Amino acid sequence: MTHDELKTYLIDKFPSAEIALGAQYVQMIVSSVDLHQTAASLKNSKDTSFDYLICLSGVDYPEYMEVVYHLESVDLHHVMVLKVRTSDRLNPAIDTVSDIWIGAKYHEREVYDLLGVHFNNHTDLRRLFLEDGWGFPLRKDYVDEIRIVER
Amino acid sequence: MGFNFYDFTALTHNIHVGLVEGFSPFMATTLEWVIVGTAYLLFVALFGLLLVYAERKVCAAFQQRLGPMRVGYWGLLQTIADFIKLLMKELIMPRKADRFLYNLAPFIVIIASFLAIAVIPFAPGLQSLDFDIGLFYLTSVSSVGVIGILLAGWSSNNKYSLIGAMRSGAQILSYELSVSLSLLTMIIFAGSMQFSTIVEGQRDGWYLFTGHIPSLVAFIVFLIAGTAETNRGPFDLAEAESELTAGFHTEYSGIKFAFFFLAEYINLFIISAVAATVFLGGWMPLHFGHLEAFNHAMDVIPPLVWFFLKVFGVIFIIMWFKWTFPRLRVDQILTLEWKYLLPINLINILLMALIVLTKFHF
Amino acid sequence: MSEIKEVMINSDRLATDEYLVNMGPQHPSTHGVLRMLVKLEGEKVLNIQPHIGYIHSGIEKMCEAISYPQIIHLTDRMDYLSAHMNNEAVALCVENALQVEVPDRVKYIRTIMDELARLASHQLWWCVMGMDLGALTTFFYGLRDREMILDIFEETCGARLTVNYNLPGGLMFDIHPNFQKRVKDFITYFRTKLPEYDQLLSGNVIFRERTEGIGHLSLSDAIAYGVTGPSGRASGFSNDLRKHQPYSAYPLVKFNEIIDHRCDTLARYEVRMKEMHESLSIIEQLIDNIPEGDYAVKMKSVIKLPEGEFYQRVETARGEFGVYIVSDGKKNPYRVKFRSPGFSNLFALNKMAKGHKIADLVAIMSTLDLVIPDIDR
Repeated sequence: MTHDELKTYLIDKFPSAEIALGAQYVQMIVSSVDLHQTAASLKNSKDTSFDYLICLSGVDYPEYMEVVYHLESVDLHHVMVLKVRTSDRLNPAIDTVSDIWIGAKYHEREVYDLLGVHFNNHTDLRRLFLEDGWGFPLRKDYVDEIRIVER
Repeated sequence: MGFNFYDFTALTHNIHVGLVEGFSPFMATTLEWVIVGTAYLLFVALFGLLLVYAERKVCAAFQQRLGPMRVGYWGLLQTIADFIKLLMKELIMPRKADRFLYNLAPFIVIIASFLAIAVIPFAPGLQSLDFDIGLFYLTSVSSVGVIGILLAGWSSNNKYSLIGAMRSGAQILSYELSVSLSLLTMIIFAGSMQFSTIVEGQRDGWYLFTGHIPSLVAFIVFLIAGTAETNRGPFDLAEAESELTAGFHTEYSGIKFAFFFLAEYINLFIISAVAATVFLGGWMPLHFGHLEAFNHAMDVIPPLVWFFLKVFGVIFIIMWFKWTFPRLRVDQILTLEWKYLLPINLINILLMALIVLTKFHF
Repeated sequence: MSEIKEVMINSDRLATDEYLVNMGPQHPSTHGVLRMLVKLEGEKVLNIQPHIGYIHSGIEKMCEAISYPQIIHLTDRMDYLSAHMNNEAVALCVENALQVEVPDRVKYIRTIMDELARLASHQLWWCVMGMDLGALTTFFYGLRDREMILDIFEETCGARLTVNYNLPGGLMFDIHPNFQKRVKDFITYFRTKLPEYDQLLSGNVIFRERTEGIGHLSLSDAIAYGVTGPSGRASGFSNDLRKHQPYSAYPLVKFNEIIDHRCDTLARYEVRMKEMHESLSIIEQLIDNIPEGDYAVKMKSVIKLPEGEFYQRVETARGEFGVYIVSDGKKNPYRVKFRSPGFSNLFALNKMAKGHKIADLVAIMSTLDLVIPDIDR
């Protein structure tokens, strides 16, 4: 599907989601309640079949925490961006998608490690790079005590 | 005491007679032990160094580089420098290792090698043990070394060492069978287990040629199984550095590590020397039936030179294996032995027996 | 030590015959500071838990404090064997965001350098693959040829490994006058040497026994874990971004996407070997036709990206590399995320190596071609 087709299709299918055509890909913002169900239907539906999770990243915005999923369909060759936002910046918690895309398990661990986003129902949510009790370095309010980055 | 480079029998006999006449029988025997022991120690240490140097040069040649070049002319002193470094290194021992067994293991390995080297005939008269079960003795003592390897792996209190030792145990026990059976094939052909008789039997032609197909098969099987026995080449599972860091000697350092290292090279020498003696005539020059002129020309080269030429030939082949082939996996190594080499060997023995019975050999 | 106990308590209990072995962080075959907690039963691998983070350097955090041209220098330090492709990903991302069209000359040179880097990376992988399997001689054969590519890099970029050759809007310098001649010399030379690689390793009986049918990764698993690059293509996962989302001069060249459906270690090996041939042919098509022109477009001295989010994917030697830049209009990015191919590939290891022997684990890890700084970032 082209981007425009995909956009119309998604607007049709997920009326509650916020859908826009970004600079490169179609973007869809869903609420954290709908995330798991939306992700599952995006993967399993024959029209979209987003079976390849390219990248899972977390972004810390001033008002909310965002997790971004870049998805691609291997057979249909279209790409979209799925986003989920939680207004609770300090203790963000969203559902895991690791049961839908297995690879997400480790990407989620990374996001948990660096941004402190808790993924519900994740089977093995431990820190990946850093020690326990380090803090969450990619949050904007992280204090760089030993001044590794800022001089 | 006349010195004859072609036959050391007179020399060794004269030393023996001189000792017996000059000292009491007890002292004479003790002195003889000391002399023989020192000679073997010196030989092993120097030959070990030479083999290490040779291996590094051969390996370098296969890998399109020069190898050691800086210490001494063409790096000749490199191995000596390495040896001094090993001597000076600190001996580190894991805290929870089994002290006694940990220290005992390198000695068992090196003693086994020394026991085996005693029966190797270097030249006429240059052999310390020449008795009628020479080959049998050799196969039995050479497998004592595996006890040392198992002990080293067990007592180091390291899982890598243990895995390496277990692999080594399984491997050496299996391949011992092939080594013995391929030697047995040649024993049937030679009609004796005594080394001097075996060498003497090859006066008119090496067994590799006179025993045609079965002895050729036995030679190839012996080379493969011998390589596996020495934990070398494609069979270096016990110390597979990409899997087990260094296998059974991971936790050894300094001179104890040097013992394992040296034992490996002595074993390489023993396997090559046995191959050279049983299949290639040992110190016996290359003779062809009744070509008198050719045979006399060959006799000019001293037996000691013949022996070492053959040994180095076999050593080169074994090194060639090591630097060309990838390593086998542990189950493949056992498959190769039990499913291929052993049946081939058994059939080969039968063939050899038939050939000897029908006198269908040269 | 404490962690071992913790795992023993927390995860499933060890049965009587099972034991844990720590492979790494210092281990010859992990190619860096990767630690794997391997549960074994005799020699059989039951479970693998990769522990990473030993050289986590916080590159993503650092990027938030520096400007866009500076980010390029950090990307070298991630997957140092595909340094040029990583540079290019950031450069392309910034160019796309600013909608800058780079001259054709830049596109050609970037593509040639990409393929040279890919060749160098695959050569090193081949050396190390042989070494992991115990064939030590391969290491010297591969490095001998890799040296020529590094010399070409050195002549043009001044560096051999971390090349730093790209800038937003073009290249740092023009190519060296000798560049074309040396690359052509290299192609003729390497075409005669590639059969040597096959003679030394590919055709060896022991090698084939060691690799055939080992480490099966099915197509659906490859997609689910996101195993990209040659490792994914050996499972039939068609993911070559040079084909599907062509960038730079890739739309102009003809080449095959190498796909294998055997899914095992041997397939991953052969895909990379065939890719080396393809890379040579790509370079051959471009090297004589490098158009005249500028080697960079004039950019503002301070590069500011418009507000928004930008994603760029490129194909490195290891798989799909992605750069995700969130900009708030300032001269440094709000958030940068690197999607590294090794990260996703590593975690498929457990799936592939379960039930095989320790020796197979090493072989499988070798065909995944891991670079640890790429995983840890």
